[in-house]
Amino acid sequence: MKRRLLLLLPLLGFLVLGGFLYQGLSMNPFDRDSALMAREFPAFELATLEDPERTVDASLLEGEVTLVNVWGEWCPTCKQEMPQLLDLADRGVRLIGVDYKDTREKGREFLAEFGNPFEVNVFDPEGTLGFDLGVYGAPETFLVDADGIIRYHHTGYIKPDDVRETILPEVEKWRD
Amino acid sequence: MARLIRGLLAALLLLPLLAQAAGIEVRQFDDPVTEQRYQDLTASLRCPKCENQAIGDSDSPIAGDMRDRVYVQLQDGRSDKEILDFMVRRFGDYVLYNPRLEGRTLLLWGLPAALVLLGAVVVVLMVRARRRTSARALSAEERDRLDALINRERNE
Amino acid sequence: MQTLMIPEIGHFALIIALLMALVQGVMPLAGAATRRPLWMAYGRPMATGQFLFLAIAYACLTASYLLDDFSVANVANNSNSLLPWYYKASAVWGNHEGSVLLWSLILGGWTFAVSRFSRELPRDMLARVLGVMGLVSVGFLAFVLVTSNPFERLLPNVPQDGADLNPLLQDFGLIVHPPMLYMGYVGFSVVFAFAIAALLGGRLDAAWTRWARPWTNVAWAFLTVGIALGSWWAYYELGWGGWWFWDPVENASLLPWLAGTALIHSLAVTEKRGAFKSWTVLLAISTFSLSLMGTFLVRSGVLTSVHAFANDPSRGLFILVLLGITVGLSLLLFALRAPRVSHQVGFSWLSRDALLLINNILLVIMTVTVLLGTVYPLLLDAMNLGKISVGPPYFNALFVPLTVVLCLFMGLGPLARWKRTDGRDLLKRSWLAGLLALIIGALAPLLYRGEWNLQVSLGVLISLWVVLPMARDLWAKTRHSSGRLAGAKRLSLAYWGMILGHLGVAVTIIGVTVVSNYAIDRNVRMGVGDSVELAGYTFTMTELGSRRGPNFLADFAEIEVRRGDSQRSFAMTPEKRLYLARGMPMTDVALRPGLFRDLYVAMGEDLEDGSWAMRLQYKPFVRWLWLGGLLMAAGGILAVADRRYRRTATARDPEQGPAAEPREATA
Repeated sequence: MKRRLLLLLPLLGFLVLGGFLYQGLSMNPFDRDSALMAREFPAFELATLEDPERTVDASLLEGEVTLVNVWGEWCPTCKQEMPQLLDLADRGVRLIGVDYKDTREKGREFLAEFGNPFEVNVFDPEGTLGFDLGVYGAPETFLVDADGIIRYHHTGYIKPDDVRETILPEVEKWRD
Repeated sequence: MARLIRGLLAALLLLPLLAQAAGIEVRQFDDPVTEQRYQDLTASLRCPKCENQAIGDSDSPIAGDMRDRVYVQLQDGRSDKEILDFMVRRFGDYVLYNPRLEGRTLLLWGLPAALVLLGAVVVVLMVRARRRTSARALSAEERDRLDALINRERNE
Repeated sequence: MQTLMIPEIGHFALIIALLMALVQGVMPLAGAATRRPLWMAYGRPMATGQFLFLAIAYACLTASYLLDDFSVANVANNSNSLLPWYYKASAVWGNHEGSVLLWSLILGGWTFAVSRFSRELPRDMLARVLGVMGLVSVGFLAFVLVTSNPFERLLPNVPQDGADLNPLLQDFGLIVHPPMLYMGYVGFSVVFAFAIAALLGGRLDAAWTRWARPWTNVAWAFLTVGIALGSWWAYYELGWGGWWFWDPVENASLLPWLAGTALIHSLAVTEKRGAFKSWTVLLAISTFSLSLMGTFLVRSGVLTSVHAFANDPSRGLFILVLLGITVGLSLLLFALRAPRVSHQVGFSWLSRDALLLINNILLVIMTVTVLLGTVYPLLLDAMNLGKISVGPPYFNALFVPLTVVLCLFMGLGPLARWKRTDGRDLLKRSWLAGLLALIIGALAPLLYRGEWNLQVSLGVLISLWVVLPMARDLWAKTRHSSGRLAGAKRLSLAYWGMILGHLGVAVTIIGVTVVSNYAIDRNVRMGVGDSVELAGYTFTMTELGSRRGPNFLADFAEIEVRRGDSQRSFAMTPEKRLYLARGMPMTDVALRPGLFRDLYVAMGEDLEDGSWAMRLQYKPFVRWLWLGGLLMAAGGILAVADRRYRRTATARDPEQGPAAEPREATA
């Protein structure tokens, strides 16, 4: 009897592994949460895209729930995402842009062409703020609550459906 | 077969062709120890953007940025652990090719060790059981004769 | 061209092959169960027919590639009219659909070979073996036809030209690497089928192991070559001088190799001694299961890897179901039919049996460790415990010590006798080898580099410990009245195969140890006239320039390399290319291979002051890695050529297990 149980062991092991593999099929290995979740927005001190003389820091994010979108003129997905961001701005969400690894000129051209949903854009030509945010590609979007804590993170393209299904509910959730 | 092997050997020595372009930066190090640490760190940090590459092997911009940070922090005299912590704070445990020993990785590190112990126990139990069988079943003379038969190639 | 019916013929041939596989899977098994010779006799002709129609299907797809029939989606996506013919022919398996077709063709080939070369098998055994292989084939052909049909047409919008083959895949290494791997993976289906047939027939004596051994060796040899080629390809194409990355796809090929290595040894014990019967069956099932699992991991996209095929969940699900049925049923059958009472075959501590037991346990631990590390990120993710990575530091930390322990026992293996070995005798035959290994190992790093290094000492020590006792044994065995050559001839090929295989392991270990510890990798700034010294070689840049290739622009550098004060020098010419079609920058590495060292020069960035960032590498003994792999494979093949496998066929009544009274004269 004991031996028969022993002989069943390989089958059981395989079934467990198979179960995990089955679950693995519906998972996206590229979909990773930000390491900054539930942590303070990283400190920075950078000029704005609009005005090179004006420097801003993390206090910019305090007092109101804010969506921080990391974009760049060189990033094609960012262009496709713009209508959704404009929609969010229309719905009264406060947006701050981070112009990541860009030139001032191109960044401004981009906003002129595709619209500007952002209250202000932080100009990050060296990608230092982006690095501290753990950004490894654009676009990436962070939801920061009124205390400056990162509450939600969206990697990559925000689909039109995402606006209503995930982003807006998250914004509402952290407004209280 | 010989031709196949010769062909393969020739192929192994053929001049190879293209490789993916990767960032090659010229960096000055104060001493070979720091240089080695740089190599080790860039080999054990995973590029967050790529499919499965160390930052030392990747040409993606983020890997280049990460190499820069590793270099600067080495120059600042930070320890390996501080540098790894710095990266984990930004990119998560995902970037560590050498997973830390913690609750969720207990099985990962513990199972092989447990298997080695279990294996040792199995060997001891099995051989002990089988030694008894061989001793019981045959007389000394028979045993010698059987041994000779099994191992006949030795006596040829 | 588009009017040609070649793809339709191929598609049709594939469907016929599936139907034949179905008959081959059902009739002989049913016949064996109900003892109807006529039904059992279906196996052989169906195996022949299936292979024939698979060959037709494969030839049709290849023809579509060679004829640039871009109305076939598979051709349009993976080929281009400008490709040379040999890349067109090999582009067939450079993509998912074509490679599964190749997989199926190879399975058909193995099945056909079994049906040809196993005429002396008992009828029911052969029927069961062919039946099991037929069922596996049904699964894969259904997979091809349902999810991955390579003959799909792009009608009516036929593209003018194809999308081209990824430049990384336009390479000799990539032409030969996948077929070798598949030969190995699929080849393990033979021993799997034998094991299942033995379980079904309730004949778990040692007979099936004797029939299965040569097939296992051949499959293992192919897999070894496949892995070595993959490592070599990664070395010069992907890796910036790295040769093993513990990438999931590499691990997927290593897993069946490790299990297969254990299997080869455990088959020997079961055949010679009748011991470990259930264990050997389990290993046979596991080895093929791991091959299938490798296919799943590579093609389902559940793991992130540099080389994974495009992700398609429906295909992943299909393979997973296939995997579940094949492996699940086999293991269930194993649990139900494996002998519940083990025959106690006696052996003592110092015996070949005990050493092979240890070998098997260690290899299985290594297999489990690699499997665990490969799927662990997936397990954590599935349980919502976050995303982690398991990479080279983890695998090296566990794999290296296990290999060292394995080699310590491996040194004694060839000296030990079955059942029991006299301790004093063993000591007499191994002490000198051990002492020499210890002394040379301790001194080697000092002599080679003037500085002691534990890892190098250990690596040399275990390699010599594997080789030297064997060499002494060989010396003793070749003693013969009419000279050494006559003595050598008298030894069985199986013995030579073992020698070669173990030698291969030692050679690979030397390569791994030396290149891991003494490789030098340096990025430098170089302009024309600058010299850099690396590992005793002087690299001088003599020229910088640019040129135009057929489909790329290239900057190149000419580097003159001189060893020490030698008069002779040679030139190395790395390039940095920009491929115009894809806008893809590629580095054309200059490599100077040698048996004892490779030199490697790559161009980095233009530093805009007349100099370039250059990457120089010195890779001592790196060739030994792959040389060792080839030796191992050669050993596996040599053992198959042993005459006793030929003799078995005629001289022995296969119904009777050879275990009880070994009458064979060879090991």
